[in-house]
Amino acid sequence: MAKIRGSIVVDAERCKGCEVCMVSCPTGTIAMAKEVNGKGYYYAYPAHQELCIGCANCAMVCPDGVITVYKTKI
Amino acid sequence: MEKELRLMKGNEAVAEAAIRAGADGYFGYPITPQSEILEYLMEANPATTTGMVVLQAESEVAAINMVYGGAACGKKVMTSSSSPGISLKQEGISYIAGAELPCLIVNVVRGGPGLGTIQPAQSDYFQSVKGGGHGDYHMIVLAPASVQEMADFVDLSFELAFKYRNPVMMLSDGAIGQMMEKVYLSPQKERMKVFPEWATTGKPATRARNIITSLDLDSDGMEQHNRDLQAKYQVIREKEVRLEEFQTGDAEYLLVAYGTSARVCQKAVQLLRAEGIKAGLLRPITLFPFPSKRINELASQVKGILSVEMSAGQMVEDVQLAVNGKVPVKHFGRLGGIVTTPEEVVDNLKSEIIKG
Amino acid sequence: MIEATGIKEIIKPENLVYRKTNIMTDNILSYCPGCGHGTAHRILAEIIDELGLQSETIGVSPVGCSVLLYNYLDVDIQEAAHGRAPAVATAIKRLLPDKFVFTYQGDGDLAAIGTAETIHACNRGENILIIFINNGIYGMTGGQMAPTTLAGMKSTTSPLGRDVKTMGNPLKMTDIVATLAGTYYVTRQSVHTPANVKKTKKAIRKAIQYQKLDKGTCFIEIVSNCPSGWRMTPTQSNKWMEENMFPFYPLGDMKVPKE
Repeated sequence: MAKIRGSIVVDAERCKGCEVCMVSCPTGTIAMAKEVNGKGYYYAYPAHQELCIGCANCAMVCPDGVITVYKTKI
Repeated sequence: MEKELRLMKGNEAVAEAAIRAGADGYFGYPITPQSEILEYLMEANPATTTGMVVLQAESEVAAINMVYGGAACGKKVMTSSSSPGISLKQEGISYIAGAELPCLIVNVVRGGPGLGTIQPAQSDYFQSVKGGGHGDYHMIVLAPASVQEMADFVDLSFELAFKYRNPVMMLSDGAIGQMMEKVYLSPQKERMKVFPEWATTGKPATRARNIITSLDLDSDGMEQHNRDLQAKYQVIREKEVRLEEFQTGDAEYLLVAYGTSARVCQKAVQLLRAEGIKAGLLRPITLFPFPSKRINELASQVKGILSVEMSAGQMVEDVQLAVNGKVPVKHFGRLGGIVTTPEEVVDNLKSEIIKG
Repeated sequence: MIEATGIKEIIKPENLVYRKTNIMTDNILSYCPGCGHGTAHRILAEIIDELGLQSETIGVSPVGCSVLLYNYLDVDIQEAAHGRAPAVATAIKRLLPDKFVFTYQGDGDLAAIGTAETIHACNRGENILIIFINNGIYGMTGGQMAPTTLAGMKSTTSPLGRDVKTMGNPLKMTDIVATLAGTYYVTRQSVHTPANVKKTKKAIRKAIQYQKLDKGTCFIEIVSNCPSGWRMTPTQSNKWMEENMFPFYPLGDMKVPKE
């Protein structure tokens, strides 16, 4: 049976670490990095990328539009 | 094409001239003594002839902001009010000047301060010429002295406004707004079909988006903007002075007056001349830019100058600055909405300048 | 440059599902982390992109946090004086009736200094879209009380909590404009969850389509958060908003056209 797999790209330098994407993620893919970006924010990233289903919830709520979402059937 | 001769009130002439000048919009609010402008336009209903928008706004504040919106679209728009309403518009005027937008604001001055009177006055000179709103800016200020000029200056105002991307004010008064005189009206001009490239008309793919704003949080940018504005005003000072002289050729005493006061002073000059006193009148037509150069020249010729204004003395300060100490300069004016008489001017010139 | 990327095999152009629209410029938003303004801007931009309206749009930005809207949306924009956007938009729409005209205003702009302009534009049924971002506080100026600040809510000018006796009651502008005959579509939404983002996008899409009908003002309130002004983290502020703002400012359509 084909499984839907997703993948996100976060522009970590523009992320402000607000965590709203993490809260909106239904699969627990996103976590906040343990290191900061150039502005001092703990940026979001796909910590458990194998869980991503490409639903784009994260990108939809991101106030800064830093997330790009891809999806495919495997 | 022929001009049309009519007998009209000053206020009506402004309204009719606005339609004929191809104005795109008028946004106003009733206030005595200029409500006829809005009423005439509503009655004339140019929406059905030229497509001009006429809207009674909920306040003078709303009206000036409607002018801002229309002007930012590159349209010929205007508003009118009287002194207290003009005070309300000051924020909007400052924004318009800062964003460098073209428009016409008509002030049919009444006595103040506060709610004041409904009779004519000339006590908004400072407000019009020195600022009124906040920041370093100037409006171009035209002072009509007849119903004809009320009509003619509408098209001239739009021309200057678009030439310099600047607000223009017509500083009239309750007497001229209400009086009826013969006026030759220009034929109907077509409304503009091509708009300035800086206007917000919807961003096509061929250009960057247009932003109309007076905000710049970068100090260097803001300083440069202000310097550019000042440079613009300097050009206006050099090129756009307008004035009228009456019997100044051999004058030994000079009257300086605008608007209704100028009409009174013209008669006063005749009365003085009949008594053998060589008086002359300089009537500034532009109050900004002020005819400082010409007044300074005349100051080398005359023995004294009387500035006549229906106020406690506002324009007199600019006359003094222009004269720069060469000869005595005094002010004469009635207040409270009372119009000066020619005889009063004659008496005052004699007692304050000639004998003094 | 840090790259936070998922599974590289999946990241291919043909697999693209969601990307920030080009109608948002590349400028970094000046809003605080987690602020609803950013989301609201982005979804408005997405709809403009989706409907191909970039060359037909003229926006009016307010005074407040979103004064710099014109740096973020790639459309022609006019900056209005505080509260005056509906008057500015009135003139734009009357003079350029074929354009899509919107105002984007905060609670101080729309419900304090701009109350008269808001009500009268709606009363005249000006054919514009008014977007009202209500976060119950004055963000730009440091967190003062707004007309929509809740009773008991703390701000820098209501440090002990809003006392309605001396400071007045929170104002429900959306309810007020819904009663005016000039408004055509009035709704209250939010943008803090994906489901609400979808609903808000739908509302904006509808409002733009209604504008073509020339039937009156469309008014969309977006109840939003202000993490800085409320002195909370972004996720805390969204939770606080759900628990406190939504009961007083309930989401949903308040006035819909009879189809």
